[in-house]
Amino acid sequence: MRLELREITKRFGDFTANDAIDLVVEPGTVHALLGENGAGKSTLMNVLFGLYDADGGEILLDGERRVFTGPGDAMAAGIGMVHQHFMLVPVFTVAENVMLGHEQVRGPAKLLDLDAARAKVTEISDRFGFHVDPDALVEDLSVGAQQRVEIIKALSRDAKVLILDEPTAVLTPQETDELLEIVGQLRDSGTAVVLITHKLREVQAIADTITVIRRGTVVGTAEPTATQEELASMMVGRDVSMTVDKDPADPGEPMLEISNLTVIDPATQLTVLDSVSLEVRRGEILAVAGVQGNGQTELAEAILGLAEITSGDVSLDGEPLAGRSIRENLDAGIGFVPEDRTEDGVVAAFTIANNLILDLYDREPYSKRGAIDPSAVADHADEQVERFDVRTTSSQALTGSLSGGNQQKVVLARELARDLKLLIASQPTRGLDVGSIEFVHKRIIEERDKGVAVIIVSSELDEVYALADRIAVMYHGRIVDIVSPDTDRDTMGLMMAGAHGDQEEAA
Amino acid sequence: MSDGKQDETPVDSTPREPEGAAGEPDAGSDQPSRAQSVLREILESSTLVVIMAIVASLAIGGLLILFADEEVREAATYFFSRPSDTFQAMGDALGGAYAAMFNGAVLNLNANDFAGLIKPFTQTLTMATPLIFAGLGLGIGFRAGLFNIGAQGQLLIGATLGAYVGFAWHLPWGIHLLVAVLGCALGGAVWGFIPGVLKAKTGAHEVIVTIMLNYIALNLVAWLLTLDTFQRPDSNNPISPIVDETAQYPLILGSEFNLHLGFLLALACAWGVWWLMERSTLGFEFRAVGANPRAARTAGMNVSKAYILVMTIAGALAGLAGSAQVLGTEKVLTTATAGSLGFDAITVALLGRSRPVGTVMAAILFGGLRAAGPTLQVQAGLPVDIVFVIQALIVLFIAAPPLVRSIFRLPAPAHEKEVAA
Repeated sequence: MRLELREITKRFGDFTANDAIDLVVEPGTVHALLGENGAGKSTLMNVLFGLYDADGGEILLDGERRVFTGPGDAMAAGIGMVHQHFMLVPVFTVAENVMLGHEQVRGPAKLLDLDAARAKVTEISDRFGFHVDPDALVEDLSVGAQQRVEIIKALSRDAKVLILDEPTAVLTPQETDELLEIVGQLRDSGTAVVLITHKLREVQAIADTITVIRRGTVVGTAEPTATQEELASMMVGRDVSMTVDKDPADPGEPMLEISNLTVIDPATQLTVLDSVSLEVRRGEILAVAGVQGNGQTELAEAILGLAEITSGDVSLDGEPLAGRSIRENLDAGIGFVPEDRTEDGVVAAFTIANNLILDLYDREPYSKRGAIDPSAVADHADEQVERFDVRTTSSQALTGSLSGGNQQKVVLARELARDLKLLIASQPTRGLDVGSIEFVHKRIIEERDKGVAVIIVSSELDEVYALADRIAVMYHGRIVDIVSPDTDRDTMGLMMAGAHGDQEEAA
Repeated sequence: MSDGKQDETPVDSTPREPEGAAGEPDAGSDQPSRAQSVLREILESSTLVVIMAIVASLAIGGLLILFADEEVREAATYFFSRPSDTFQAMGDALGGAYAAMFNGAVLNLNANDFAGLIKPFTQTLTMATPLIFAGLGLGIGFRAGLFNIGAQGQLLIGATLGAYVGFAWHLPWGIHLLVAVLGCALGGAVWGFIPGVLKAKTGAHEVIVTIMLNYIALNLVAWLLTLDTFQRPDSNNPISPIVDETAQYPLILGSEFNLHLGFLLALACAWGVWWLMERSTLGFEFRAVGANPRAARTAGMNVSKAYILVMTIAGALAGLAGSAQVLGTEKVLTTATAGSLGFDAITVALLGRSRPVGTVMAAILFGGLRAAGPTLQVQAGLPVDIVFVIQALIVLFIAAPPLVRSIFRLPAPAHEKEVAA
């Protein structure tokens, strides 16, 4: 089925999210929609999927004009969408999820025909080699498998056009490769695939056509042969350097020493960190790599004191950290960029100025004798907003109104405002666009060059390679190995899945 | 709500400006859109919603007045032969009711002298005093993310301690009042500290704990009032002796009026709470903990400490509300000392959007409604319950801002659209 969007325009108040966008998706091709966060990619697809009413333009399927008033219409017309956040019922089985909303019944009692759903799942799963058990509970499946369930759901409704919204954001490198393989198979079977992403590597790997969107308009199309730099500069609208300039590390004496650190989650009694030992020296960046949920978060939290240490020792500059309050650890010179910036990093309902003093509010000059000095806070905020290039109309704007990248800059500005000995940054560029990533990386390297010991926790291999002087790979709460950044991606991927990288260590 | 990837989620209808767009200088030329956005801001402000809620409640209250009025019902029986009678009766009923409310709560236009003229308003302020105290405390809790239902119990315990100091101790003038007031605050503070510490240390939910403590407080007072220490010697009723005159709040406008020093103390507390929440480092912590406890904890704040302090301060303020009763208007302790003050104060705090100025204004509104009740009954012959219905309607409308907005066709603020989509 050939999908054509003509002059689609969507406005929200004064803001034009999509400005007369034209897009043609041919059957049997993968069409990548590339753009920064907030460029309008998702809005466009939501218009197509019937979730938004367009203010202008038309949708044509095989040359015929169609109007969708809701996702049901779009699905009936053969458009399937896999959302970034899965729309699955965790306590239902795969087959139940697949038939949800399209329940088939049989017999006079109108019983649910689970067998039919099961057969359909098996059929699609076998056709594309998904290896999905129709009777497995969705909550027991890995993220990658859940995504395949979403794809099966779309295909079971005979989707001829499949929209994948940021599908790799939650996947491991191996799962990403598997997904790209699946996308290839779908294309070969004649499905038109729209891949929404801001990841250049995937676009290059799979796309047949690339359309780049910036600020709600199509800024151009590109061939998959285009270099990452070319694609990135189209996305951002200026030249972007994809590699981070950094001098070789000049590590000094050990700053953070961890030995046999074990953390047992008090709620689940699971061992989330299993005798981890490592050392980070002044002026070096240690990246902790691994698939999400393998203890990296807990490692960062245990160092700061957010997670309770069950056993083992952590010391900063020779002083033990265990048993001290978070405040004492922050005062001792730890900077902490939390993984989930909206939950742990900023208070969205506070102004930018107040977020910038969230851990400095009881120090001079921001407060004296228990009273906050609003003008000192405002001056500090204006200065930091300027220095970190936070894009806002005023430092008194609410932090929740900022884009993710700018919120992250606020967190970073706050943490780097103190004199640090150790900087812990978890997923420092998650959800950020190319331009902001570049900025954040530069700042982190500047800290390293000032002699700060830096720990980066990241599930993005690109980021790990860009920043790390050494890489610790974690799996199931243990450190699999600590390797140098010239270890190749395949080996790294295997280690992230738990395989030991002995041979690399020897090399 | 606003994750970095949020703009990629399908259910979100809020446009996110692309990076950089917000940083561009606003074109000075587009005046209409600026004027529009100012208007939008005014329309979206919750203050307007509050006012509209009050207006809507008074209007529905008016309907009830019509139904409750005998003459209107009588005239309505022959509506089709002489509709003018019905309308006449309706006009009379409404006019009479609103005039009675005005006479009872603001200015008595039937009075012969100036004192009589302003007496209703001083009565309103007197009625508002305990609501201001308790509402301020609850407001602090709401802003710190604690839904404290326990003002009732905190008020009672505070009143008990204060009243005891008032009638059992005989101290010099000035000192006696001071100690009695502090006793009220202390009693309330203890009753607030308990749920605070339980929440902080064990995670027990403050709603349940405070509700239970209300019952405990009420029954504790009922029992205390059977003991010789608390019960009036010449009475079999559960009522305490009258507190010494030295422990009573002095009347600030002379003996003709009931308005007492507690009102000024309440205003001082309002200023104090404003300073605490807006200017002090402690208030900064409270607000951060309320808006995002996880981020507050990550930034090194002691969330448990904040919970305990907030509940203790809220309890102390509720205790002071008790002082307005036992050292101010009633001068004795009974099991009815708290009335429904602790619960009305929740409404007052919500109506005032948990801000001190708003709380004071909401308390005065409620004080006015309470002051108007008797006049409504005497002058307009309406059941006093109308006042409580109006109070309840206000709560209903406040609790449902989207309803108020749709009645008055106000645009929804951006964040609520997000949730609704």
